[in-house]
Amino acid sequence: MSSVRDIDVAEITATVRHLCMEANFDLPEDVYAALEAAKGSEESPTGRAVLDQLTENADIARADRVPICQDTGLAVVFADVGQDVHLVGGDFEAAVNEGVRQGYGEGYLRKSSVFEPGHARLNTKDNTPAIVHTRLVPGDSVRLVVMPKGGGAENMSSLHMLKPSQGAAGIVDAVVETVSRAGSNPCPPVVIGVGIGGTIDKVTQLAKRALVRDIGSRHADERLAAMEDEMLARINALGIGPQGLGGTTTALAVFIEEAPCHIASMPVAVNVQCHAQRHKMATI
Amino acid sequence: MAAKKIGTPLTGEVVQGLRVGDEVEISGVVYQARDAAHKRLVALIESGEELPFELEGAVVYYMGPSPAKPGNVIGSAGPTTSGRMDAYAPVLMAHGLKGMIGKGLRSQAVKDAMREYKAVYFAATGGAGALLAQRIVANEVIAWPELGAEAVARLEVVDFPAIVVNDCHGADLYEEGRAKYAR
Repeated sequence: MSSVRDIDVAEITATVRHLCMEANFDLPEDVYAALEAAKGSEESPTGRAVLDQLTENADIARADRVPICQDTGLAVVFADVGQDVHLVGGDFEAAVNEGVRQGYGEGYLRKSSVFEPGHARLNTKDNTPAIVHTRLVPGDSVRLVVMPKGGGAENMSSLHMLKPSQGAAGIVDAVVETVSRAGSNPCPPVVIGVGIGGTIDKVTQLAKRALVRDIGSRHADERLAAMEDEMLARINALGIGPQGLGGTTTALAVFIEEAPCHIASMPVAVNVQCHAQRHKMATI
Repeated sequence: MAAKKIGTPLTGEVVQGLRVGDEVEISGVVYQARDAAHKRLVALIESGEELPFELEGAVVYYMGPSPAKPGNVIGSAGPTTSGRMDAYAPVLMAHGLKGMIGKGLRSQAVKDAMREYKAVYFAATGGAGALLAQRIVANEVIAWPELGAEAVARLEVVDFPAIVVNDCHGADLYEEGRAKYAR
């Protein structure tokens, strides 16, 4: 029998607390580098001025430890829990939420979660509940990713239950059309997470999880890597540009995650992310 | 191109002199208001009650800041997506609103109202909330503090950078800019 490792959920809380703040203050290096690189290729002078503002903003946020954006998002948390881990000392999801409560409180982050979405819309006051995606994985560690997800870009996301006959071209069209319709709203240059396959619940999770990838990384599956390239080229030909003011940098990256699906189905989810592609990771 | 310096409240003359693509630096008072505050402002107008601020010539900033750290005037303070305020903006323009600062697309009804009532829509850079906060020098909540980040606040800004996206002559920079760079 393999040994089991005890992890106190207090450690989960402390890690989530830390990640909430770091994700909101410190733009990931790959995103910063992508914005810098875009300054070299962007054809619009206004677009280049916007990109300058975005890196200057990231510098201020990092140095002063203030949020990159006032919309500090709902806290999306991916938890990969090793099956040889024994979580002790309390309830796991409550511990995650406590981390969000502490991080958003101590970090002076905005609380953007409301109860009763279709009715009173009362603020929950502590940005909980987090959106938690937990999966069991081999091993004896816990990997946590916190991805603060703002409303403006999330609102531009889409789900398409395509016909299998629409094929790869139909998938590309659905993604490009989503970005085209979003225009200036999601704070371009955007990062696009695409889920293909599964069911409606699975495909949206694939699209969200796709956003964890580093900009500049290439998909291991050459077929999907080529599809990402095609989508990115077509998106950047739309002319939307930084902040939608016109330009050649509409997206920084497109990331695809794929899963098998029903013989009758071809679900596609497009999760739109703003230029502040915020996410931080830690392993316990 | 050097930015045009403009002050608030806005006059019809200043608004009519602004064209899409103009970079501006706004100084003076702007009023922070987003979704919940707009709903309440329009309800007050419809019931004939007094508003928490003078609308004539006013500029609203579609924004809900993050909490201010101790010693800071305001937290991060970039624009939110303006389209959610489209249902309310024409009524406010009919009652004197002259300027809106936000980001993202406006409806045809809003653009029509901007022509009719001579108002202007500026975009500030979304996701540059740490940078834009540095141009806000005073911040006072003047209505509905229970709304938290959605309360109405009187903000004093100095050289607040923005760009004219929709002018009162019917032009739209989002459309023009996109057409220019579309391949």
